Amino acid sequence: MKKLDSTVLARRANQIKEELRQKLRKQYKQVIDLYWGDSHAAGVKPLSFVRQVLAACLYPDLVNSNTLPVDVRQRAQRLLGECAGGSVGSYTATAGIPEIVQRISEFITKRDGGVPSDPENIYISPGSQWALANILKVLVNSAASPRTGVLTPGPCYPLTNFTIKGLGGVTVPYYLSEEPGWELQVEELHRALDSAKGVCNPVALYVINPGNPAGYVQSRKTMQEVIRFASEKRLFLLADEVYQECVHGEKSEFLSYKRVLSEMGPPLSDTVELASFHSASKGFMGECGLRGGYVELVNLDPDVVKCIYKLFSTDSCAPVLSQIALDLMTSPPQPGDPSYPLYSEETQHIKTMMVHNVKRVFEVLNSLPGFSCQPVEGGAFAFPRLHLPPKAIQKAKEMEMEPDLFYCMRLLEEAGVLVKPGMANGPKEGTHHIRFCIMTPEETMEEILSSMSSFHTQFMKDFS
Amino acid sequence: MSHQAMNGFGGKVLTLENMNPNVRKVEYAVRGAIVQRAVQIEKELKECLAQRGRISAELLSFPENSSVFVAPGLKRKRAASSYSHFKQAHKPREPGVLCSRCHGVKKPFTEVIKANIGDAHAMGQKPITFFRQVLALCAYPDLLEDNKFPEDAKQRARRILGACGGQSIGAYSASQGIECIRQDVSRYIEKRDGGIPSNPDNIYLSTGASDAIVTMLKLLVCGEGPDRTGVMISIPQYPLYSAALADLAAVQISYYLDEDRCWGLDMAELKRALSAARTHCNPRVICIINPGNPTGQVQSRQCIEDVIRFAKEEHLFLMADEVYQDNVYAEGCKFHSFKKVLFEMGPEFSSTVEMASFHSTSKCYMGECGFRGGYMEVINMDPEVKAQLTKLVSVRLCPPVTGQALLELVVNPPQPDEPSYSTFMKERTEVLAALAEKAGLTEQTFNTVPGIICNPVQGAMYTFPRITLPQRAIDTAKEEGLAPDMLYCMRLLEEEGICLVPGSGFGQREGTFHFRMTILPPTEKLKVVLQKIRDFHVRFTKQFS
Repeated sequence: MKKLDSTVLARRANQIKEELRQKLRKQYKQVIDLYWGDSHAAGVKPLSFVRQVLAACLYPDLVNSNTLPVDVRQRAQRLLGECAGGSVGSYTATAGIPEIVQRISEFITKRDGGVPSDPENIYISPGSQWALANILKVLVNSAASPRTGVLTPGPCYPLTNFTIKGLGGVTVPYYLSEEPGWELQVEELHRALDSAKGVCNPVALYVINPGNPAGYVQSRKTMQEVIRFASEKRLFLLADEVYQECVHGEKSEFLSYKRVLSEMGPPLSDTVELASFHSASKGFMGECGLRGGYVELVNLDPDVVKCIYKLFSTDSCAPVLSQIALDLMTSPPQPGDPSYPLYSEETQHIKTMMVHNVKRVFEVLNSLPGFSCQPVEGGAFAFPRLHLPPKAIQKAKEMEMEPDLFYCMRLLEEAGVLVKPGMANGPKEGTHHIRFCIMTPEETMEEILSSMSSFHTQFMKDFS
Repeated sequence: MSHQAMNGFGGKVLTLENMNPNVRKVEYAVRGAIVQRAVQIEKELKECLAQRGRISAELLSFPENSSVFVAPGLKRKRAASSYSHFKQAHKPREPGVLCSRCHGVKKPFTEVIKANIGDAHAMGQKPITFFRQVLALCAYPDLLEDNKFPEDAKQRARRILGACGGQSIGAYSASQGIECIRQDVSRYIEKRDGGIPSNPDNIYLSTGASDAIVTMLKLLVCGEGPDRTGVMISIPQYPLYSAALADLAAVQISYYLDEDRCWGLDMAELKRALSAARTHCNPRVICIINPGNPTGQVQSRQCIEDVIRFAKEEHLFLMADEVYQDNVYAEGCKFHSFKKVLFEMGPEFSSTVEMASFHSTSKCYMGECGFRGGYMEVINMDPEVKAQLTKLVSVRLCPPVTGQALLELVVNPPQPDEPSYSTFMKERTEVLAALAEKAGLTEQTFNTVPGIICNPVQGAMYTFPRITLPQRAIDTAKEEGLAPDMLYCMRLLEEEGICLVPGSGFGQREGTFHFRMTILPPTEKLKVVLQKIRDFHVRFTKQFS
């Protein structure tokens, strides 16, 4: 199992938090934790409708009291009727409560402009990574020789790479082109696949759209090239789409891989095998702690699907509250519903906040020498590049640290801001980045950018 | 041969032949073929009822006597009358005849009773009020201003929220679980085990106990060929273990429990199984479920000491699945935690035997399966291995925070001086007393049936009686490609609408047949179920003699 250097940062952060609590430290009042894509931890409020429905489902006495709006109570009542014994404490069907799964499939169809979605191919799990791990388990044969390979992007979401390796597979990186805008170039996919010759047997291609850590939103053209490549090279396509609600760029639009595939028509639309993943952790809801996600399978061999079902069944089922959260995400309040005005106000507030944050991050970081930042079109993070002076790189080497980890440690110590070193995400060798969550209240973002600017300017001076 | 070449052009990319062969071997009987058929039948019944009452099948809830809500806007009276018409039309007179309304095959029953899975709430058991109040407050903290909620519930909620990022249960927690909850789990264990210290650092919260069990097995399984890790597990067993072992390509070392001695553990059998296994694998782990699933036995203290001694002598890692620790009914039986016994055996054992104990919020008196809450405590684990374990659990990010919050309440329930105490104790006592009553009733009733022998249900939530099947039934099953007890259970499902799990799904001695039934349906319904099974068994035996 690979060493996770980032635990060094986490440990130091906890120590500093303790020192702050004991008032042993005064440079800043608190550690601002931007390490994870966790909007609630960053201060964004949960959506009222979601929490009201969850509360009523947990404590059904609330369904009959006037404390909560009428549509909340009706929704809770319906959901409880769909739970065995009327309780969120019961197990459910393996893939999820059938009525919820049905509604998710309807959401998918609507999202994809009418492309049909079969509820039998949808599995709800405790978080999208759980479902991804199950699909990877089916794809990766740990005893195979040569070993199973999966193409993953550089930079990537590290837990996916970790999971692949843990299953005995090999990750084959394909590098996104930082300029312009972290584009996926199909020539690079070819190069990556060629590099695998004699090393491993690639069976799947993993894409993240919108991106993590890099905040791109793929164009239809890019997606079509990816699909054609997967088809030609007979690769299983894994599409991690958990940030589909996080699109900030004015010219950007999220298109699902399933939709693009379907609109390319047969034979591709009938043959390319695809698993798409979504989650309740991101987007407006940001309910990371509930652990709710799902996978939709497209064009898989029915016998394989039976095995996948059995695999999911050993996990029993996803937590019921998570399933409910997914239902609320895919069937939110509609105009005319009593909860709609507040829901609309809260989601609009988050949208405005993101547009503001994305713009400010781009402006501020690009104004600082030693930073360059691609526009953040989607996702939950900024992933700016650090152009570190040679002296800083030297110092990092002396301390036996990667340069970006060194920078992050300093940023934590001196400014109380916890961000993630880019090396954990596996970008191109020799480049340095940091990743930080931008789903924060606007005032917090201003504070962060101000702290980072001061720190960065000083850092560059110290190592010039 | 390359992946591409194997498939040939035009075939599927991912097939049974090139998928991970270990996954193909995974079976989990508790949610297997018989349950899928039960779900299908339920759907058909619901459709028919919906047609009859012209009510949308999605909105209708079932069965009528439970506390389940009917669709908004639909008067309870009207729903009840549609239901009674339905029951009239589907009286068990002419099974197999088509229903005039929905044109599906008429069933001689109006509901499917799912006695296959240990799901208490599904069978009508009520959640503990206090727990649900605190969780609702955590979900929607505005309710902290509502004076309908007791002060002790609010206090617990504030404490939990204070430990969450951004004061929200929607934030990720530390991968090992929220620290103050782990501390409370430790204190609970110390109190339970008469003061034996528990270190919060050794507590790992998980997504149900199953998650922790699979994680431990992942950590323990290694090696190639004859060196491959062997894992000892009781037969009969809870099929999560066999599924996990198949998935990990570990070697399953089965040791038989002694049916004639109330499913007791037999040390000679353990030794036999182990020495036979040493020829083809490297045995490193022994798993034990106490109280047992499916067998319900509660191990004696002596037995637990013997197992610990065995684990030490044979250098085995001990995995103690104790999720049913509050479910003990029989006179003279008591739950002894493996950790407590280990420490009471003195430092020779307590400082050397490596162990993990598992607990969950799904069973006992809580029955909150749908929350996926649980934990494990690791004892005497090598610090480097523990570091790897900590890394491994980080891949899942964190266990559901709502499950963690629930666990907090289970280990830190209302105290005698708190407002919610009396209601809490009343509810808890009622649940456990009802289970004890049903355990006794089940054993008694089954033992009146010629051809069914039922061991006492000492604990847990199941009965695992042995059934005698006529030779013709066994032969018929073979012809149909089914295990004989699967044939039996399938027939029972089709004829009576009762869903059980055949013993073959759990493992049993060659030539013996069993089924697992839960004791969870409400007492009155359980009586009906027991009677139907008795009548069915007699019918089945006659039919196949």
